[in-house]
Amino acid sequence: MKWPSRRVVLLAAALLAIIAIGMAAMHLVARPPDDLDLARSKSSANGIYAVSIEPEAEPVEQGKLHSWLVSVTMADGSPATDAIVSIDGGMPEHGHGLPTAPQVTGPLPDGRYRIEGVRFNMGGWWELRFSILSPAGDDEVVFNIVL
Amino acid sequence: MSWPLSFLRGFMAAFLAIPALSACNPNALTEEEKEIVGSLSLASLPALPADPSNRVADDPLAAALGASLFFDTGLSGDGLVSCATCHMIEKQFQDSKPRAVGVSETNRRTMPLAGVGWSPWMFWDGRRDSLWAQALVPMEDAREHGGNRTGYAHFIAEHYRSRYERIFGPLPSLAHLPRNAGPLGTVEERATWSAMRSADRTAIDRVFANIGKAIAAFERSIVPPETRFDRFAAAVASGSEPQGDAVFSDLEMEGLKLFIGKANCINCHNGPRFTDDHFHNTGVSAVPGLPEDLGRAAAVRQALDDPFNCLGPYSDAEPKQCAELRFAVREGEELLRAYKTPSLRGAASRAPYMHAGQFATLEEVIDHYSNAPDAPAGISEIEGVIFTERGRKALIAFLKTLDVPESTTDP
Repeated sequence: MKWPSRRVVLLAAALLAIIAIGMAAMHLVARPPDDLDLARSKSSANGIYAVSIEPEAEPVEQGKLHSWLVSVTMADGSPATDAIVSIDGGMPEHGHGLPTAPQVTGPLPDGRYRIEGVRFNMGGWWELRFSILSPAGDDEVVFNIVL
Repeated sequence: MSWPLSFLRGFMAAFLAIPALSACNPNALTEEEKEIVGSLSLASLPALPADPSNRVADDPLAAALGASLFFDTGLSGDGLVSCATCHMIEKQFQDSKPRAVGVSETNRRTMPLAGVGWSPWMFWDGRRDSLWAQALVPMEDAREHGGNRTGYAHFIAEHYRSRYERIFGPLPSLAHLPRNAGPLGTVEERATWSAMRSADRTAIDRVFANIGKAIAAFERSIVPPETRFDRFAAAVASGSEPQGDAVFSDLEMEGLKLFIGKANCINCHNGPRFTDDHFHNTGVSAVPGLPEDLGRAAAVRQALDDPFNCLGPYSDAEPKQCAELRFAVREGEELLRAYKTPSLRGAASRAPYMHAGQFATLEEVIDHYSNAPDAPAGISEIEGVIFTERGRKALIAFLKTLDVPESTTDP
């Protein structure tokens, strides 16, 4: 049998590369990165606040409307009691936002805030982005959640 | 055939056969796949959620009255149309037509009713936030029941007075009120409605809302029946070999794996009802000749403005209980031509498909998801998936395991 021509080898190599890239892309779409930071306590992007989040009830169920509690403290550990907290988010891999428009429905004591109206309508990697505004400054923090 | 072409074809065939071979063994489900199968099973269906906006939602007397009203053609302008005209009990409470036909043809496909009590939003675009608010809309639509509010109140007083009053208390006095009047009727009916005293209009609205609440109580009893898939899933969950009709063929197993795997159907068709209860633009074409349809983008405002919504004066809920309405996304490009994910239970025998019956067969639906065309307006969320001919057949074979025998659709 004759060896395949250079053209065919190149064509096959290109095809393999396309398939490999395609499979890698599918893998990316199907799963979040392995080293995704799933911490529920973080410093905000510019280090102004320390922020912790927890769902009001565990486990977080796909499809169910539910609430989160957000705790905001200043860098010195004192509670940020007068902050304006807003929430946004979505699925980075799908390019869509949250299916609902969650809101802070009233500050709780000690720098805690209840966020109502959160729903995750799909399994996978979700981001919850919090914007925090207080006399100390305007900052943001992003949490990753995987269902 | 030239060498390079045959080489490539052989290579492609070998590559595409890999998923087929790995799916031959029914036990080839991974632990993760088994978990997903469990999440789709009817056994995972939560208890029917309460409807705090309808205090008779779970009242058997109201459900019985609602059943009578559902099938009564007297509840229409011409005496010929009932809810069951389009929501046919022998056809999973739908009509198999591209677009519903009451008095005349509407712009949308009739939705089936199994499991509707679990849906937070009604209609393809979610323009109502409860079953009872939904039930009122077709009754006043000239193309559907074509009736009017005072007409319906008189009808209840004449035909259902004692049953109505046992549930809702005394009917208001109607003797002095016009036979035909309503805010959405003909020019004459609207003028007559405007001329009525405000207290009379409110009293009529309350009777009208109660008609919806009784119909909703009945519709809540229509639950999705068990399918072959559920029997398969039960065996998977218990770790036993599926028996009898719960055994999946190789093709059905491949379809299941595609569905929950690389075809990404599971993204939206998830949970035991195979729907995420949300609205998506999937690039489905507009039907020529129909008026512009913005989907969820127009509907969310209608739901918020509806006097019969959860926050309105005829609702039995506390405002804080109206979470769906309070936290609804009100604007954004994602809403444009977005329509509700339909359940796939029973879908195989429920052609045609999509919100205006755009596709005649499941094959056409799968081709649509494969081709992923641009949306006529807004941005389609779907990314094309390339199916082999076998993969296409496998998906359809899997969808058929979710089909519903006609005799089991009775409530």
